[in-house]
Amino acid sequence: MLLRFIGNRVWQALPVVLIVAVGVFFLLEMAEGDAVDAYFATTGAGDAGLAAQLREQYGLADSIGTRFLTYMTRLATLDLGYSVAFSRPVTEVIASRLPVTLMLMGTSILVSGSLGVLLGGIASWRRGRPTDAGITVSALVFNAMPGFWLGLLGIILFAVKLRWLPLGGIGTIGADLSGLESLLDTVRHLVLPVMTLAITYLALYVRLMRAAMNEAADSGWALAARARGLPESKIVLRHMARPALLPVVTMLGLKAGAMLGGSVVIETVFAIPGLGRLSYEAVTQRDLPLLAAILLAGTLVVVIVNILIDLFYRKLDPRIADTTG
Amino acid sequence: MTRLTLITGLIGTVILAALILIALFAQQIAPGDPLQMVGRPLLSPFADPRFPLGTTQLGRDVWAGLVHGARVSLTVSATAAAAVILIGILVGTLSGFLGGYVDDVLMRITEAVQSIPAFLLALALVSVLGASVTSVVVAIALSSWPPSARLVRAEVLRVRTLDYVDAARVAGRSPLAIAFLEVLPGALQPVVALIGITVGEAILVESALAFLGLSDPNLQSWGLMVASGRATLRVAPLLVILPGLAIALASLSVSLAGDALAARLSEGRRA
Repeated sequence: MLLRFIGNRVWQALPVVLIVAVGVFFLLEMAEGDAVDAYFATTGAGDAGLAAQLREQYGLADSIGTRFLTYMTRLATLDLGYSVAFSRPVTEVIASRLPVTLMLMGTSILVSGSLGVLLGGIASWRRGRPTDAGITVSALVFNAMPGFWLGLLGIILFAVKLRWLPLGGIGTIGADLSGLESLLDTVRHLVLPVMTLAITYLALYVRLMRAAMNEAADSGWALAARARGLPESKIVLRHMARPALLPVVTMLGLKAGAMLGGSVVIETVFAIPGLGRLSYEAVTQRDLPLLAAILLAGTLVVVIVNILIDLFYRKLDPRIADTTG
Repeated sequence: MTRLTLITGLIGTVILAALILIALFAQQIAPGDPLQMVGRPLLSPFADPRFPLGTTQLGRDVWAGLVHGARVSLTVSATAAAAVILIGILVGTLSGFLGGYVDDVLMRITEAVQSIPAFLLALALVSVLGASVTSVVVAIALSSWPPSARLVRAEVLRVRTLDYVDAARVAGRSPLAIAFLEVLPGALQPVVALIGITVGEAILVESALAFLGLSDPNLQSWGLMVASGRATLRVAPLLVILPGLAIALASLSVSLAGDALAARLSEGRRA
């Protein structure tokens, strides 16, 4: 049943991915100059004859229809072309950068979601009191801060002034660490970027959790549980928090793309060699095929994260598991 | 509307009004080109009365940069947000009102655009269109319209079953006229709630693009100021802190004012 559910979700996601692939093709067509121009721009030389020969060789001289068909067939075999900036196949470049970003994004989603649930819960528990106002307003303030700036503030405070945390990167260069030490080193490097990314998106989850907990507190089922004499902790955790988690989980999925987008500036600020920084490098080096491939990869990541979140949602809300296959 | 929303809404509106005034009279408040080298580099604030907030690494007046940056930030984000909401209204109304195949196709496209990480799409669009104010507006508009389209569609679906719409149909008005002149005005109110969020987001996206060097290099903007301040982060952290504060203040004031407006409208609807 689980497999059928996953199969269904993948089937639903196919048209989305197809539309994005077509859109990306036309985006590339809009750009001035092609890969041969970009190649000549990097080598600094080339004559018209060589240009024509190269265009013939790479199929750039064909009509737009033929090029579109070639693009789609190559895409189907996961061939994303060749990166001029990195002199390696695009798929290889992306595969080498993806794990770091997935780690950054995954941790940030978890931290952001759990902090949001916790703070939203506390705000609802102290409804109408200074704690509630304090949490709600500070979440809004953090939400208004640009991620790159918050990251730089973190660097100024924790890395330059206090020297508690490293300036950037994902590991101490040249330090030959192993096992636990290497893990701790990575964690120390990830604290600032993860917290920055998590805090800028916190407000949404705080707000949703607070509203849902308030609603649950006023609901008949919380009153009924209280009337049955259940302990307060059980009422809050099982009868209020569990249903209140549902909108938060939905929002985590909806914001997966925003988190991935936010990682572009965060990875640039903290010098993290991930997909986000790669997209910035692709832009500055005008490597459009690479940029297009990153768009596609990013979309795939968002789609997959959403399927995972749907699975989690099913676990959380048994009513859905019963009805849909 | 709770008292907290009222207070924060008032604060937001006052700050926003001040920022708009500063943007309108930028040339009077700080005459000249803010990118010009006007003093010794890296003067600290209050050191020279001519430069109340000091100068940058290139000897530019920080105060003048902040003042002129308000103009860029507010114009770009307001235009982009207007475009986002217009696209949302167009797609949402057509989709919700016509239904059937049109709805299916438009909603699949909306879903697809929403699946692309918005900032990555904006980045790609700007790099394809070239770094200019217009391409930043186009990039923000084309990457962030899906949520507003979905909201408008949901509202249109609700409104189109109301009696007065049937009355217009019986009166023989054309479908497009019914969609845009009868259904849409009834569905607009929740869209107002979107304005604050959309403008606030646009301010952040504009600043992030400028931070990455993808905005007009001939215009002083807050994001660009943060980016150039990075080089002197250790000796002059204020060059990073001040423009970032301006971005946060602008984005916060817009969303606070927007929240209060939305709360007020929804109260009016209930009453």
